[in-house]
Amino acid sequence: MKRTVPLMIVLVGGVLMIIQYFIPHQISQDIFDNYTIWVPIIGAFALILGVGSLSRLHGHKVRNKAPNWPYSLAVLVPMYLLPVFALLLPASVGGGMDPPGVYNFAYMHIQVPIQSTMFSLLAFYIASAAFRAFRAKSLLATLLLLTAVIVMMGQVPIGELLGSWFPKVGLWIIDFPNNAAKRAIGLGVGFGILATQLKIIFGVERNWLGGAGE
Amino acid sequence: MTRILPLLLLIMTALAAAQTGEQEQQPIPAEPEIAEVAAEEVLDVPPGDVSPLAGVELTAPGDITVIDHPDDAGDRLILSFSPGSEAEHADLFAAYIVYRRPAGGSDEEWMSVGVIPVGEGTQFVDGHDPDFPVIEGEAYEYRISALYLDETEVMGEPVIAQEVASGQWFHRGKVRVLVACLIFLGLIFYFFSRARMGATMYLRPIAGIEAIDEAIGRATEMGKPILYVPGLSDISDVATIASLTILGRVARKVAEYQTALIVPNRDPVVYTVAEEAVKQAYLEAGRPDSYDPNSVFFLTQSQFAFVAGVNGIMMRQKPATNFYMGMFWAESLILAETGSLSGAIQIAGTDAVVQLPFFITTCDYTLIGEELYAASAYLSHEPMQMGSIKGLDACKAILMVFITLGMVLAILDIVAKTQTLAWLKDLVTSQIVD
Repeated sequence: MKRTVPLMIVLVGGVLMIIQYFIPHQISQDIFDNYTIWVPIIGAFALILGVGSLSRLHGHKVRNKAPNWPYSLAVLVPMYLLPVFALLLPASVGGGMDPPGVYNFAYMHIQVPIQSTMFSLLAFYIASAAFRAFRAKSLLATLLLLTAVIVMMGQVPIGELLGSWFPKVGLWIIDFPNNAAKRAIGLGVGFGILATQLKIIFGVERNWLGGAGE
Repeated sequence: MTRILPLLLLIMTALAAAQTGEQEQQPIPAEPEIAEVAAEEVLDVPPGDVSPLAGVELTAPGDITVIDHPDDAGDRLILSFSPGSEAEHADLFAAYIVYRRPAGGSDEEWMSVGVIPVGEGTQFVDGHDPDFPVIEGEAYEYRISALYLDETEVMGEPVIAQEVASGQWFHRGKVRVLVACLIFLGLIFYFFSRARMGATMYLRPIAGIEAIDEAIGRATEMGKPILYVPGLSDISDVATIASLTILGRVARKVAEYQTALIVPNRDPVVYTVAEEAVKQAYLEAGRPDSYDPNSVFFLTQSQFAFVAGVNGIMMRQKPATNFYMGMFWAESLILAETGSLSGAIQIAGTDAVVQLPFFITTCDYTLIGEELYAASAYLSHEPMQMGSIKGLDACKAILMVFITLGMVLAILDIVAKTQTLAWLKDLVTSQIVD
């Protein structure tokens, strides 16, 4: 029962969604909308489990004074305190979601800059990864390096100044060899998705059921 | 050698992603949003002292024909009409305005449902604008006016729509999709049945999958944990589901080897499924007591906060092996490069074409695209799973034949300057969904 019911739900839902794709009628669209609306509802409830998991993990570290436990405190305190400020306390004591409240300050002046910093690190990581990838250690690596230089030069104004063929060759590489590889991967991915979905719908793949799978 | 060539192509793929979009746009006769902007611009034109149209007899557009939009939910109608005297005064003409009311309604019920700017033809699809929905089965009355630059509006005669909107039970434009689906379904089921009957099936070895055992063994020898990131997407993403099935197989081996496992999650639903998959894997391995409830946990839903958290784990706990399986976005390189700096052996797998070059550059092994979906079958060695891979290969073989055929026919047509096999070429080269 524990295994059959989820499998039946998936089978019926999966087959229904396949059929629905070919039916443009409003009834079909309504079925699709009503079916997919469950995803965010389940997600909202699962978030409670997520917060519980985070609290359990970091609470455990704080209680046992595990290495770096103050960081766990830095997770738990804002996680519980900020919703209190945002939703429960009045604006006179820094509550509410609008400035100059504590929640707004923490979000705009702490979280957003930290996230931007993380994102900006990407530029340095790209440089580091490119250095590793473009070392001309072999014939093919050299070919890769040359191709990359041509494509990059084709994208910047100085490339056209150095040689009018840079943008043309760069564009040709992007449009043809690159596109061919991209489409080949895309086709493989498409079939892979199709096969995985069929395996799940028809119960061949049951690992996603977790404890009920076997 | 074999890794460099795909890398070359995939680096180009990443660069191509930076290019401007190459999306094809569906030709829609007149988009109300665009049309409204155009109308505002028209009305901004200050009227001249004397209208060039003063004294000119203008005729309004007419002969309105209304037909039901095919292959829809019954919420659109197609209007066609013949122009009035706008063609003779093209330099002064601005736009057509489409009015609608329920059939037999009062004059107050007329409402403007769309504007067709000059040069956009004489056809309009009513029902695109959610503010003015077309109700299935309801009869409407339409009239079209011609608006000139001097704000002169020549109103046409009202016409009761010849048809009402009705929904269809089959999308005729998807016939080819249906045929392709049936062929592919048939092939996959054929190989399922062959596998069930015990046919031996050979699968080519994939280095990244074969390295999984080795990577887990390395972590065991070093006494360090294994980090498994199941992507950053939600459970509705098939790549995430594929990742979770691989997690189950990896966790089982981890349980057998008695190695620590760390599974941080970005999505709470994925977290709950991942937790169940790992718990079950420990149970199957006969070591339920070894399962650590804190090994699978939810981190945060924020993309870069998640990256910061995982990077912190990598730098503090120094896992010996990192797995990145599933869907990744801009964070892929930050994760993989940090893992590389921490000295871990790394195995990645994703179907995100743009992120593949980053993983190939920084990871020891990368499962490219479909290999991610095949990994579960490779790891399980179950006949039915193997059958699905063979079915997949058969589908690809058919597609390759079609692509080759289309290519050859296109070249032949160019060389011979003929169109003798155009119908066949169209069949294999035209869009699969109309």
